[in-house]
Amino acid sequence: MSRKLVAADGNEAAAHVAYRASEVIAIYPITPSTPMAESCDQYSAFGLKNIWGEVPQVTQMQSEGGVAGAVHGALQTGAMSTTFTASQGLLLMIPNMYKIAGELTPCVWHIAARSVATHALSIFGDHSDVMACRQTGWAQLFSSKVQECQDLAMISHAATLKARVPFLHAFDGFRTSHEIQKYEQLDDEDIAWMIDDDAVEAHRARAMTPDAPSVRGTAQNPDTFFQAREACNRYHDAVPDIVQGEMDRFAERVGRQYHLFDYEGAPDAERVIIVMGSGAETSTETAKFLQEKGEKVGVLTVRLFRPFSVGHFLDALPDTVKSIAVLDRTKEPGSVGEPLYQDVVTSLSERGGPQPLIIGGRYGLSSKEFTPAMVKAVFDELSKDEPKNHFTVGINDDITHTSLTYDREFRIESPDTTRAVFWGLGADGTVGANKNSIKIIALGTDLHAQGYFVYDSRKSGSQTVSHLRFGKSPIQSPYLVDQAEFVAVHQFSFLDKYDCLGIAADGATVLLNSNYSPDSIWEQLPGRVQEQLVTKGLRLFVIDAYKIARETRMGGRINTIMQTCFFQLAGVLPAEEAIRMIKEAIKKTYGKRGEAVVQMNYDAVDASLAALHEVRFPDVVTRKDTLLPLVPGDAPDFVKDVTARLLANEGELLPVSAFPPDGVFPCGTTRYEKRNIAQEVPVWEEDLCIQCGKCVVVCPHGVIRGKVYEPDQLEGAPETFKSADAKWREMPGKRFSLQVAVEDCTGCTLCVEACPAKDRSNVGRKAINMAEQLPIREKERDNWDFFTKLPDFSPADAEAAELKLKAPKDIQLLTPYIEFSGACTGCGETPYLKLMSQLCGDRTYIANATGCSSIYGGNLPTTPWCTDKNGRGPAWSNSLFEDNAEFGLGMRLTIEQKTTYARNLIREFAADLGDSLVSELLEASQETSTAIEEQRARIAQVRTKLAGSSHPRRSEMLTVVDFLARKSVWICGGDGWAYDIGYGGLDHVMASGANVNILVMDTEVYSNTGGQSSKATPLGAVAKFTADGKKTVKKNMGLLAMDYGHVYVAQVAMGSSDMQTVKAFQEAESYNGPSIILAYSHCIAHGIDITKGLTQQDLAVKSGHWLLYRYDPRRTSEGLNPLQLDCRPPKVPLKDYHDKENRYRMLMKSSPETAQAYLKQAQEVVNQRYAHFKQLAEL
Amino acid sequence: MNLGTNYLGLELKNPLVHSASPLTKKLSNLHRLEKAGVSAIVMHSLFEEQIEEEGMMLDRILSEGADSFGEASSFIPDYNVVPVGADDHLAHLSRAASEIGIPIIASLNGSSLGGWVDYAARIEATGVAALELNLYNVPSDPDVPASEIEAGYIDVVRAVCSSTSLPVAVKISPFLTAPAHFARQVVSAGAKGLVLFNRFYQPDIDLETLEVVPNLKLSHSDELRLPLRWTALLSGRIPADIAVTGGVHTGDDLIKSMLCGAKVGMMTSAVLAHGFDCIPTVLERLRHWMAENDYSSVEEMCGAMRSDHVGDPSAYERANYMKVLGSYSG
Repeated sequence: MSRKLVAADGNEAAAHVAYRASEVIAIYPITPSTPMAESCDQYSAFGLKNIWGEVPQVTQMQSEGGVAGAVHGALQTGAMSTTFTASQGLLLMIPNMYKIAGELTPCVWHIAARSVATHALSIFGDHSDVMACRQTGWAQLFSSKVQECQDLAMISHAATLKARVPFLHAFDGFRTSHEIQKYEQLDDEDIAWMIDDDAVEAHRARAMTPDAPSVRGTAQNPDTFFQAREACNRYHDAVPDIVQGEMDRFAERVGRQYHLFDYEGAPDAERVIIVMGSGAETSTETAKFLQEKGEKVGVLTVRLFRPFSVGHFLDALPDTVKSIAVLDRTKEPGSVGEPLYQDVVTSLSERGGPQPLIIGGRYGLSSKEFTPAMVKAVFDELSKDEPKNHFTVGINDDITHTSLTYDREFRIESPDTTRAVFWGLGADGTVGANKNSIKIIALGTDLHAQGYFVYDSRKSGSQTVSHLRFGKSPIQSPYLVDQAEFVAVHQFSFLDKYDCLGIAADGATVLLNSNYSPDSIWEQLPGRVQEQLVTKGLRLFVIDAYKIARETRMGGRINTIMQTCFFQLAGVLPAEEAIRMIKEAIKKTYGKRGEAVVQMNYDAVDASLAALHEVRFPDVVTRKDTLLPLVPGDAPDFVKDVTARLLANEGELLPVSAFPPDGVFPCGTTRYEKRNIAQEVPVWEEDLCIQCGKCVVVCPHGVIRGKVYEPDQLEGAPETFKSADAKWREMPGKRFSLQVAVEDCTGCTLCVEACPAKDRSNVGRKAINMAEQLPIREKERDNWDFFTKLPDFSPADAEAAELKLKAPKDIQLLTPYIEFSGACTGCGETPYLKLMSQLCGDRTYIANATGCSSIYGGNLPTTPWCTDKNGRGPAWSNSLFEDNAEFGLGMRLTIEQKTTYARNLIREFAADLGDSLVSELLEASQETSTAIEEQRARIAQVRTKLAGSSHPRRSEMLTVVDFLARKSVWICGGDGWAYDIGYGGLDHVMASGANVNILVMDTEVYSNTGGQSSKATPLGAVAKFTADGKKTVKKNMGLLAMDYGHVYVAQVAMGSSDMQTVKAFQEAESYNGPSIILAYSHCIAHGIDITKGLTQQDLAVKSGHWLLYRYDPRRTSEGLNPLQLDCRPPKVPLKDYHDKENRYRMLMKSSPETAQAYLKQAQEVVNQRYAHFKQLAEL
Repeated sequence: MNLGTNYLGLELKNPLVHSASPLTKKLSNLHRLEKAGVSAIVMHSLFEEQIEEEGMMLDRILSEGADSFGEASSFIPDYNVVPVGADDHLAHLSRAASEIGIPIIASLNGSSLGGWVDYAARIEATGVAALELNLYNVPSDPDVPASEIEAGYIDVVRAVCSSTSLPVAVKISPFLTAPAHFARQVVSAGAKGLVLFNRFYQPDIDLETLEVVPNLKLSHSDELRLPLRWTALLSGRIPADIAVTGGVHTGDDLIKSMLCGAKVGMMTSAVLAHGFDCIPTVLERLRHWMAENDYSSVEEMCGAMRSDHVGDPSAYERANYMKVLGSYSG
């Protein structure tokens, strides 16, 4: 029976089965499992049916804990239920896992296994999450490749029903979940055939029902619990045979035979690796290679890890084995060994008799590469007389010396396989085109294909590297390509930064996108690149893809052009056939976007080949330069030694000793990374500028700064440095400069949008305009350097100058403490964080919820939160997604405790410090920045005076003395945290009355994971998980917070009123109690033209979608109404706001009547909400 | 009394036609228009450029941030996206053509030669009675001469007329150096009717923000005089059915249009401003006036005052202006 061949990733393969074998699916986004949930949501939207002929209920929950509860309930009432998760999400489900297993309830959860956050968060793959569940009583089945993701998903769903034991079906996050492979897809009949009807009926018959009630979830006492707990034993004991039975049935139907433990290698192997997950593929591939060389080696792949069947394990292990290496993709500090190692040791120990030598080791944490060279190193270790136990492989542990050395040049890849690597930008569409190419090759030929994509962690100007393999044999290489026959460099500038051709095999073909002609390009190539071309005998082809993209209206996307060239050069398919298939793929991919888009891509294809040229180059290198330094010479040592290596894609080579052991990294390292990603940057016109500061305040990346200074400080300024008379009444005679860090700018144009100053004779010219970056880069770099040396301006300086700090005009002068983050171009969140940092950054603790802001705020390689000239700045940390409010509260509790401690202790030092200093320290009001500075000066005096003190509590005093100066706590995150997963904690923290400030950057979706709906999503908006429009209204968080009475609440939108925003931040910070600011944050997930983000914010307010208000409990004591409504009644129909956002427009197209009904209801809600707030404000 | 007229070969029960407006987007409005008494409905335009721009925008939005970041391969769910194109518009035309008892005239606004022809053929398949082609363009390029622009228009008319068996009326701009000559070319290229005239959207300036802003204003009766004059000048000289549009607000406006030679008068702004009830009022005025003036049929009225039927044809030409000046006493 022939089945459909598809090219898809592991997530899709698993979801294909899970959806069809389920009735109730509860979902929640978490990387890297989110695509499984999205697939189910999509299937459901299409009305796809399960094997019982019904469309499953797919329901989003508020957290993974909620998902587990919902699934538990669905199971108890007789549904087939599933979900998908990873990492922290799985940990949140553990309490329910015990319950579900304890109640012998069949179900399968699919896990894209991911690192659990420890010293750092990581979205990448290892087994630490599933290993944290191995004690819950769930069976655990591991897939090691995409085909298995489907097949073992099937076997899990079939086995659980017969076993009544729930299953975790796990596969490696990213490496398998996101790897695209060609595989054979099960059809619905296969899935129905595998699911046993009697077992389904039995499950349904066990369901809770008031028609035949029973009681579950009892509480038991010492007399019964133990025996009752042991009553389940025979069910768990039966699991291995049941699973093997289902594997055999599957083989009978489909032809692929699996076993609980699959051994491959020499039948008389003496050295065996035991491993599970994708590492098994690499190990098996390597073992085969070594076996062909005569080595007696083999690999035992563990599929059913729980229950661990000792009998099946021993049966699978060759009798000849003398030494065993057990590889675990997890780390359990303090244990005797990692979990699989311990099981193997115990199994063999229980068997008794002569024991082989067993060593255990860790590999591949957080998707660390695991290559044949590393596998060979493990086999080699097993040959040693005294092999290293508890080793690591794949890193250089130069501290505790656990690591095995391996030969990086050892490679085993088949010569029949073609390997290609593409260096691209996220924005140029390279990855999308490569995904298409894999599908073209996999489905259009009999070749096997594999694709894996590496992204950097920035959301703007991100770099991508695509690794593709094609070949006649199945591809069993779940690791990156390191010798490619084809290398495409889609950005010429990469050649200056990265060793792009280091990956090129001898004789490889190189495709370069460049505006240099074939005749002139040679001299433009860096010396190192020239050398690689010559010494490796590479062929070089060049195309000006951006020119073609412009001519064919493709804009910045060169994907189709480069894809066409790839097919032309790689020779995987005959050229004509390739073109035909590319065009088919274009039609399929872009057909919905209309004929013009399809035609535009066709035009690009047709124009590409004529513009592709081979470059003839000399056989000698003519340039001697090397790669440009990635950080400046005056950067701190850590930046030069560590950060720069990360920037150069050389992080893999850094040893353990390079890293802090506790995850503590230096602040402010983005300033050393000059990304130069903007084609155009803002340029200041000093003659037009009214110095209002709006451009500075809205800049998402902190690249525009304003400073006021004495005229004589212009001495030594670069020739092109611009300056104007400062327009501050309070600061006569001074000069003002607005400076752009052009190398850090992302080119979003929000500053130009915000600029109100126009040339009266040419209104298109503003006081800030976009201009090409390259021609001004050098000069502006010098100007920026000069500018940064001009004196900074603090809130205390502002107070000294009698500035009111009420408007952007004054705010622009304050030093920001977040700069050059990797946030999206035009991000709507970061301006709020920057504003907060400007107002109180030097005394702030930040608890940051996981999400966009934790990624652009704290994802290596560089960190944007920075310090001032005094070394002060925000102390930033991310705990988790769900606990951020509590995390921040904990910080406040410490501050309160330490402050009291310091105040009590300081009194004991009157003799050393003098009564007046002590009394000043204790009585300082610290209500202004100036007063805080004065207190800091007093603290400095304490330090000086206590330097020679012999007071027995001197050291103790010095550890807490800084708490005598006022501190601020900001709890920051997005709406996914605040409205959903973290709401319980956030509510508790608000109720606590603690002096914390909560900033909710409300994008109205889970932005970081790709725009899933949250309870902040507005009625009728299309988002992932609510593709047919959100059916309920947005939660009114502000009203809920106000209900406490003691919480300061503000709702702001910088694009509508920057002054109201500033006022809200100041009031929140000054309020001695909990405060919450809800900040409208436009986002690419709204489907808007991001350059109009500020206009859209304004429209949100004018239409009444987003009210501006402040609720200040302090006003009550003054006899005033605490609520002040800061916006006028809605004067624009909500429709006008909706019409500008594709999240609403899409529904208007797909389901106009529904959309109209939502709009009507939303307009009523808007009207009622305004009326309600107005009424409250007028009480 | 016979109010019937023949426009583009269509037998219409009266000369009052509803022209393209936002009202025609809803089927229920079409029913109300029919009930109110109009004899035909010109549907809102299918804008080729708009479809194209919509597709391009969707492409940009769906591509924004796609496949750029490990945690999200996209930011907008695209699986519920309805394909961009004319399908929903064409489906609406089909429903209108099958459910409405009066002739439905489709309207097409295009920019590329291929696009016009393609859409014209697809429109014909919906079952509408005729097609109105809207030559809408602001020829702002100083390097392109009028002859080139006009030749381009004529090519489009010829291509569309040869690609559909529907009768085609062409809505032309009043801003032509030689409107009469151009009108003849349009008819030579295959058009059966002329719609006088296109009302261009005229942007406004916001004096507070110094920005160019859209400002769509409804027509008023005064605007009738321009199409009226040209109807009188072209009627009888160009072998085409003429429709007057822009300024038909009252029964008198309709009557004047007929007298100058129009086969139909097209009314939209009045309906938008005053509701469907103004339709029977206009028709009643027509009947009343015809009775008062002993006209037994609209056909009898049609062209009674066209330029070659008035004693002094120059009244419709420059002399008219001079006379006005001359009568101005200061």
